[in-house]
Amino acid sequence: MSALALIFVVAGLGLIGWLTARARAASFELGGAKRLHSLPGQHGWYVAIWTVLPALLFIAVWSGMTPRLVQDAVLQHPAAAQLPAFDFERDALLAEAKRVARDRSATAFDPVAEQLVAPTRAAISYYGWIGAGVSVLLAFACGALAFTRIKARFKARTRVERGVMSLLLLASLIAILTTLGIFLSLLWESLRFFGQVPITDFLLGTHWSPQVIDANDPGKSLGAVPLFWGTFFIGAVIAMIVAIPFGLMSAIYLTQYAAPGVRRWMKPILEILAGVPTVVYGYFAALTVAPAVRDLAVMLGMPFASSESALAAGLVMGVMIIPFVSSIADDSIAAVPTAMRDGSLAMGATRSETIRKVLIPAALPGVVAGILLAVSRAIGETMIVVMAASGAANITLNPLESATTVTKQIVDLLTGDAEFDSPKTLAAFALGLTLFVITLILNIVALRVVKKYREAYE
Amino acid sequence: MTEQTPKMSARDVSVFYGDKQAVKNVSIDIDMDKVTAFIGPSGCGKSTFLRSFNRMNDTVAGARVEGLVTLDGEDIYAPSMDVVQLRARVGMVFQKPNPFPKSIFENVAYGPRIHGLAASRSELEGIVESALRRAGLWDEVKDRLSDSGTALSGGQQQRLCIARAIAVDPEVILMDEPASALDPIATAKIEELIGELRGRYAIVIVTHNMQQAARVSQRTAFFHLGTLVEYGETDAMFTAPRMERTKDYITGRYG
Ligand SMILES: Nc1ncnc2c1ncn2[C@@H]1O[C@H](COP(=O)(O)OP(=O)(O)O)[C@@H](O)[C@H]1O
Ligand SMILES: [Mg+2]
Repeated sequence: MSALALIFVVAGLGLIGWLTARARAASFELGGAKRLHSLPGQHGWYVAIWTVLPALLFIAVWSGMTPRLVQDAVLQHPAAAQLPAFDFERDALLAEAKRVARDRSATAFDPVAEQLVAPTRAAISYYGWIGAGVSVLLAFACGALAFTRIKARFKARTRVERGVMSLLLLASLIAILTTLGIFLSLLWESLRFFGQVPITDFLLGTHWSPQVIDANDPGKSLGAVPLFWGTFFIGAVIAMIVAIPFGLMSAIYLTQYAAPGVRRWMKPILEILAGVPTVVYGYFAALTVAPAVRDLAVMLGMPFASSESALAAGLVMGVMIIPFVSSIADDSIAAVPTAMRDGSLAMGATRSETIRKVLIPAALPGVVAGILLAVSRAIGETMIVVMAASGAANITLNPLESATTVTKQIVDLLTGDAEFDSPKTLAAFALGLTLFVITLILNIVALRVVKKYREAYE
Repeated sequence: MTEQTPKMSARDVSVFYGDKQAVKNVSIDIDMDKVTAFIGPSGCGKSTFLRSFNRMNDTVAGARVEGLVTLDGEDIYAPSMDVVQLRARVGMVFQKPNPFPKSIFENVAYGPRIHGLAASRSELEGIVESALRRAGLWDEVKDRLSDSGTALSGGQQQRLCIARAIAVDPEVILMDEPASALDPIATAKIEELIGELRGRYAIVIVTHNMQQAARVSQRTAFFHLGTLVEYGETDAMFTAPRMERTKDYITGRYG
């Protein structure tokens, strides 16, 4: 029986539980009390939840386990002895058998797979029926148990409330647990990497060339400093040189000078810009800005200038970040009490003096926090650098030269032929982990600054 | 009353917020050596009228002032009038203390700096000290001038704002309910300070507290629904109001 059909059956049982429990609760004698503690419907929900929830949980766990069980069962079959020993091919044959087993119109190409179709089909159906049986039984048993508990004085209402709360809690935990899972898997792969490459080589080494790795000393060509430098140079220096002044000035214009009518359409447009897919900026960087920057470099006397300069990627990244900086600066400036502005104006300060000497200093913590968040976004940004930055890892201060970033290297390491336990591939996870930690720290610092700043005006 | 030329005067002043008229044809003279109190129920236009004396209504979108307001006989709404200069001559203290999030010193030095009143650091320090002394705050803060102005108590903050206004050596000081956010002790200090400042500056104080008006002012103007109902010597007004509405308000029958 398929999982979907099973869910329908369990839901049907839940409905029956709900109806019977409600009917029963409706027939309770009041026995002196003015009214029941809980409405009949709430008794119904209590039983329905108990019928459905344990069974659903079981179905979820069971569907996670079945593939493994099916595979073990198939491998027990005599025909499985002919399977090749190599993991990759073996998995492919097993997958083929499984596909044919599920889809009767399909045929297997490989004779070994063909032989395994029947046992696979048998195992799937065997475990499928076990799962179906247990979940229906579970639904029935739990539902019945719940049903025996409902009485006139039973506080079904409170119980249902608790059930709802647990459900909501579960939903919010899922996002957190997923992040935690991602982090742990990154950590796990990184630890494998650091088992092969000393962490000091990775964090302090200045030579990065994953294409040629000396098997005896992989750390020699996996020094990540050039990548971190490139990331910092493109994302935190060049991009911010563009984003901070323009973002700040647009925020000042929007909060202090723009007529309400102008602000009404300009602010949403800026916010929409923040949602443009970064790949669009990537095209712009690669096709428009990069050639222009190269021409500029040639003009300045660098005849062999790369068209994958740090400047091109950084400039476009900066443009991408402008709305982000502007929106946060806007919020911070708007949060400065009007009384502050009036105080300054009443002293005879002009509008721009008031902005420079009172509003910006007062809004500064918020603005700084916004800039930190912007940096954290910029260094995690991938698409623009994949399309416009170079793959060559240089430590350079010249924006016209090529530089690469952590994210670009991760993409390069993981695309193409990859062996999943070579230092080269695992390096991608170590890079990812380092980036994750850096952005996490930036975000935490920024949030703290913002919090302190909010308290200052309460 | 001897005829002296008033420091400031308003003739037929009306103030509008969009279509709504908040102040209706008010005429009044402000004398140099007196404290003038504006009283009246809340919402009657006292603050709005006060703000037309230093053109702070300019900063409110949609606000419009009609009529004539003069400072030493000069029309302050004339195109030739420099608002920056005007506000340096007519200082303002707000209802809620609003020190800048800067040090105590920088708060007071703000005005002298933007108006270029001090040629040197020591001159600036001199200005700050004398402003703080006149505001009666010097002894309390002289050892912590670099602390943040926002860390002071409410009453101290308000006196800091008065010091800030004094530091640019204005001729008129407008105060909009300067003590309404303060406790009785801090209020008493502010009232005492107003008494000390009288004579050096023309002072206009808005208050909804009639005892306060009686204590600190020599002249009182009573507003109701945007109009000036009665204006005269404070003593006379509180003992023998000429208008029925004034009497009702003073005796607490409404407001
Ligand atoms: N910025 C503004 N925009 C529109 N209406 C305002 C504004 N400020 C004050 N008003 C209105 O003008 C009237 C007078 O207000 P205000 O001068 O503050 O009175 P008061 O200071 O005597 O309490 C009130 O009706 C108030 O609602
Ligand atoms: Mg007011």
